[in-house]
Amino acid sequence: MKKGIIEGIWGHIIVSSQRDVKIGDRVLAGSANLSGEVLRVSSDRSVIMIYEDPRGLGVSEEIIFFDKPISIKLGHGVISSITDGLQRPLNYFKKECGDFIKPVKSLIEFEPQEKEIYFQPLKKSGDLVQAGEAIGFTEEKGFKIYVFSDKSGRLERIKSKISFDEPLAYTEEGEEIFPYIDWNIKLPRPFKRKIVPHEPIITGQRIIDFLFPIPLGGTVIFPGGFGTGKTVLQQTIAKFARVDLVIYVGCGERGNEMAELIEDFEKLTDPWTGKPLLERTIMIVNTSNMPVAAREGSIYTAITLAEYYRDCGLNVLLIADSISRWAEALREISSSLEEMPGDEGYPTYLNSRIASFFERAGVVETLNGSVGSITLLISVSPPGGDLTEPVTQSALRVAGAFIFLDKELAQKRFFPAINYMLSYSLYENELAWGLKKYFGEDYFMLKNFVFQILREEDKLREIIEVVGYENLQDKDRLTMDFAELIKFKFLAQNSFTKDAFSPPEDTIKKIKKIKDLYEEAAILLSSGAAFFEVKKVYESF
Amino acid sequence: MNLFEISYKTISEIKGSLLFVKEVFRAKLGEIVKIVFPDGSTGFGEVLKIDKDVALIQVYSNVSGLSTSAEVFFMDDVIKMPLSLQIINRIFSSSLKPLDGMDMFMAEKFMTITGYPINPIQRAAPADFIETGISTIDGLNTLVKGQKLPIFSCAGLPAKEIVRFILKNAKIKDSFRFCIIFVAIGLSFFDYSHYMDTIKSMNTPFVAFVNLSDSPTIERLLAPRYGLCVAEYLAFEHQFDVLVVMSDMTNYCDALREISTAREELPGRRGYPGYMYSDLASLYERAGRIREKSGSITILPVLTMPEDDITHPIPDLTGYITEGQIVLSRELHQKGIFPPVDVLPSLSRLMNRGIGAGKTHPEHRHIASNLYRLYSKGIELRKLEQIAGREGMPEKEQKIIDFAERFERIFVNQQERRDIDTTLKIGLSLLEQFQL
Repeated sequence: MKKGIIEGIWGHIIVSSQRDVKIGDRVLAGSANLSGEVLRVSSDRSVIMIYEDPRGLGVSEEIIFFDKPISIKLGHGVISSITDGLQRPLNYFKKECGDFIKPVKSLIEFEPQEKEIYFQPLKKSGDLVQAGEAIGFTEEKGFKIYVFSDKSGRLERIKSKISFDEPLAYTEEGEEIFPYIDWNIKLPRPFKRKIVPHEPIITGQRIIDFLFPIPLGGTVIFPGGFGTGKTVLQQTIAKFARVDLVIYVGCGERGNEMAELIEDFEKLTDPWTGKPLLERTIMIVNTSNMPVAAREGSIYTAITLAEYYRDCGLNVLLIADSISRWAEALREISSSLEEMPGDEGYPTYLNSRIASFFERAGVVETLNGSVGSITLLISVSPPGGDLTEPVTQSALRVAGAFIFLDKELAQKRFFPAINYMLSYSLYENELAWGLKKYFGEDYFMLKNFVFQILREEDKLREIIEVVGYENLQDKDRLTMDFAELIKFKFLAQNSFTKDAFSPPEDTIKKIKKIKDLYEEAAILLSSGAAFFEVKKVYESF
Repeated sequence: MNLFEISYKTISEIKGSLLFVKEVFRAKLGEIVKIVFPDGSTGFGEVLKIDKDVALIQVYSNVSGLSTSAEVFFMDDVIKMPLSLQIINRIFSSSLKPLDGMDMFMAEKFMTITGYPINPIQRAAPADFIETGISTIDGLNTLVKGQKLPIFSCAGLPAKEIVRFILKNAKIKDSFRFCIIFVAIGLSFFDYSHYMDTIKSMNTPFVAFVNLSDSPTIERLLAPRYGLCVAEYLAFEHQFDVLVVMSDMTNYCDALREISTAREELPGRRGYPGYMYSDLASLYERAGRIREKSGSITILPVLTMPEDDITHPIPDLTGYITEGQIVLSRELHQKGIFPPVDVLPSLSRLMNRGIGAGKTHPEHRHIASNLYRLYSKGIELRKLEQIAGREGMPEKEQKIIDFAERFERIFVNQQERRDIDTTLKIGLSLLEQFQL
C-alpha cells in the first residue's frame, strides 16, 4: 500500500505525484474513497481512472495505491449473485446506502454468504500439486466448484472446511493455498488445449436452433437498431438455453429491464433441470446511468467468472447486452486520456480488444483434464441501425454467427425479428452430427425446404410488385402461403407465451407437419384441383 | 456551507464560457463558484477540470462583461437544489428564479441535482396505467408508471399542442398524489406564452422549469436536472406519482454539443459528443419505481427529429434508452388529423404491464392488437392501391383500406380528452363495424 496526493482531476481521470506504482494497481481516492485503477505511469506522475462519479473530489486529497490489480474472487458462493461490473454485490450497496448507488467508504470485495463451507479434498498431505490443479471441491447449487491451487509443491496440510479468508492448505515450503483465487480480470485463465465446438446449444428459439445453430463454445453477435428486440431475445435465451450456468451482463442498458429480469428469474425454473432459474445465474449489472468506467470492467469480470466455471467443467453461456455500450465506455476513457482517435472516435485498439475478448470463448480441455465451454451471445447496438459502424464491423470479423435483428420485421411485429435472409452461422458443418442427434436424419433436407420456400417467396415478392398478386400462378400462390406459414407459425415465437420455449422435438414435429402439408397441397394442385380446395389442406394449421 | 468560501482574483484566461483561475488552493471537481463581475453583478459556474493549482471553470451565466479582474468565490459545494413541498404549483426559470411573481420558498432540504442511480436490485419493474387522454397513446401505446416514453416529432408538427394536451389531461386513476413536472428547454417567448396559459389552468399539481432560448446555453443542461431532482424528492420522499414532461430535448442535445465543442472535446457522430448516450441516460434512467415504495417517476421527453430523420443521433440514442417511442407523422398532420400519431412505428414496450383486467380493461390487449394488425394491413394495401388501382383489388382488401381511413378519422383524430373506456369503446365499435 502506497500513498499519494491528487494533483489534477478531469472527467474520470486523476493525476497523482506518486509514480512508484504499477499499471493496473487498484486505488482508493480522496475522502470519499472512490475506487479506481492506474492507467499510466511516467517519470513524474501516475494517471488513474476513477470508476465512480468523481464530483466533489479535490486536489491535495490523499490517494491510496494497493499493490494489486483489479481482480475478482473466484470460488464458492458466487452463483446467484448480483453484482456491479467490479463484482461489488448490489446487496452491499443496498445495506450501505439504501435505494440508490452512492460511493461507499471501502474497497468492497465479494464475500460469500456462508461463513463455513464443507470442502471435499481431492489431495491429501504428502501429495504433490501443480499450480492450476484442483485440490478439492465444494458443492454449490448442485455443481462441483473446484478450488484450484495457485502454488506448486508438496502439500503439508489440507482442511475439510473453507473459511473465507483463511488458507485452506499449506505446502511443505510453508506457502499458503487460499480457497478463493484473486484473478486479474484482464488475464485469460490458462487451459490445456482448445477443442473445435461440435455440440449444438439448444436455445429453445426455433429460428436459431433450426436455421442458425450455435454450438456450445461458439460466439454469436446480435446487431439490431432500437426496438428490434435484442434484449427480449437475449433474456428469453437466458431463461431457456440448455447450459449449466448463465452469466448475464447488463452493460450500459436499461435499469427497468434489469428489474424485470430479476423479477422474472425469481419466479421461473430451468426447463431442463427444474431448478430455480436464479440457481444457475450470475448477474452483472451496470445500467446506463451507473459509472461509465466500471462498465468497461463488467465484460471482463463476466468472462473471467465464465472461465472459472469452465475450468470446473461446466458449460457456461455468457450473455452481454450490449457490447456497443462497452465500446462507448472505452471511447470515453480513451478520449479523456487524450489518445489519438480512430474510426468515429473509437480508439484504434477497439478491434484487438474485441478480438481478444471473443477469443476467451470456446470449448477447452482444462488443466484438470475435464472439458468445459464458454458460449458468447453478444448484442450490438449500431447507431441508426447502420451495420457499417466500427463496433459491428470489429465484432463481425471474429464472431462465428451473425444474427441480424431487422427493424422492418420488428415493425411488422414479427419476433424474434431475425432477418433469415441475411443472418448466418458458420458452424453448420461442425454441428452436423449434433444437429442430426437432436433433429433427426431429415434435418438438412427440412432445412433446405425452409430456405427454398423463403428464397422463392423473396423472388415472388418482386414479381408481385410488377404484375400484382392476382396474376400469380397457383403454384406460386402456394409458395407464398407456405412462406407465410413458415414465417409466422414456425420461425416467429412469442416470448411472452408458452411458445417462448420450443424443445427440439416440438421444433422438428412442427416443421415436418408443415412440409407434409405442403406436399399434400402440391399433389392436390398438380392433380388439377382448384386453389380454394387446395387451401383447405393447410388453412387450419 | 459558506464557511469555507475562498475568493480569488487570479483569472488568467477567458475562453467562451470557460474560465481559467490560477493559484487555486484545494479546488474540487464539480465545485460551485460564484463570480462577481467587474460591474458588481454576479453569476455562477462549476469547476470542470483541475490541474495542480489551475482550475478550469464552466460559467453558467452570460459571460459578456466578464474580465480578468472579476472575483471568483469557491463555495466548497456541488450544485444542489432547494426542496420543499411548497415547490408544488410554482414556476421557475432555468436559473431557479421564480417566474410566477411569488417569493422563493423556504427550503426544507437540499439535494444534488445529478442524483444517484437507483440500485437495480431495488428497482420495481414499471406497472400501472397513466391516462394521457390521447387514444393512440392510452389505447395502443400505453404509458406505464416508471416508464420513459419519448415523443418523436418533426419540425412543423404540433408537438407543442400535444404537450399542452397532456399537461392538461394526464391522470392516474385513484392516485391522490399525482404531480406533473414540466421542463421546457430552449423555449421561444411565443411558445412560452402558450405554455403559460396551459400551466395556469392546470388542475393537477405541477412544478415548471422554463428555459427560454435567450438564456445561457448551459442552463439547458441544468433545467432537466432541476426537474428530475424535484421529481425524486416528490416521488421517493413524499410518495407522489410524478410525470416529467421535457420538451424539447433536441435543444438539450444541441446545447450539449455546443458546450462540448467549447470544451474542445472530441466530437462523435454529427458533432455530438461521444458521451451523449451516457448523458441522456443519466436523465432518462431516473425514471422508475422503487421496491416497497409507492411513488414513481415517469418521463415523457419530447424531441424534434432533425430533417425528419429517425436515425439522427438524437432520436437514435434516445430510442436506445427509452422504453418505446411515440412517432408523429407529417402525412397525418397534413390530412388534418390531431394528434398525428403514426401508430405503426410507435411502441410502448411496457404496455402489457399497465393494461388488462383491473388496470384498464380485460379485452384491452385484444382490441389493441386487432386495431394494429388491421391498420398495418390497411397501410400496406393503401400503397398497393396507389400502384395497381382500387378496381383490381378483392372486396375484402378494399374494406381493409376503408378501415384504415376510418381508423385515422375516428380513432386517431380527437379534439377532446378521452378516458380509456371511451378509447376502447371507439376501437371496439370500429372493429365491429367492419367485421374483418
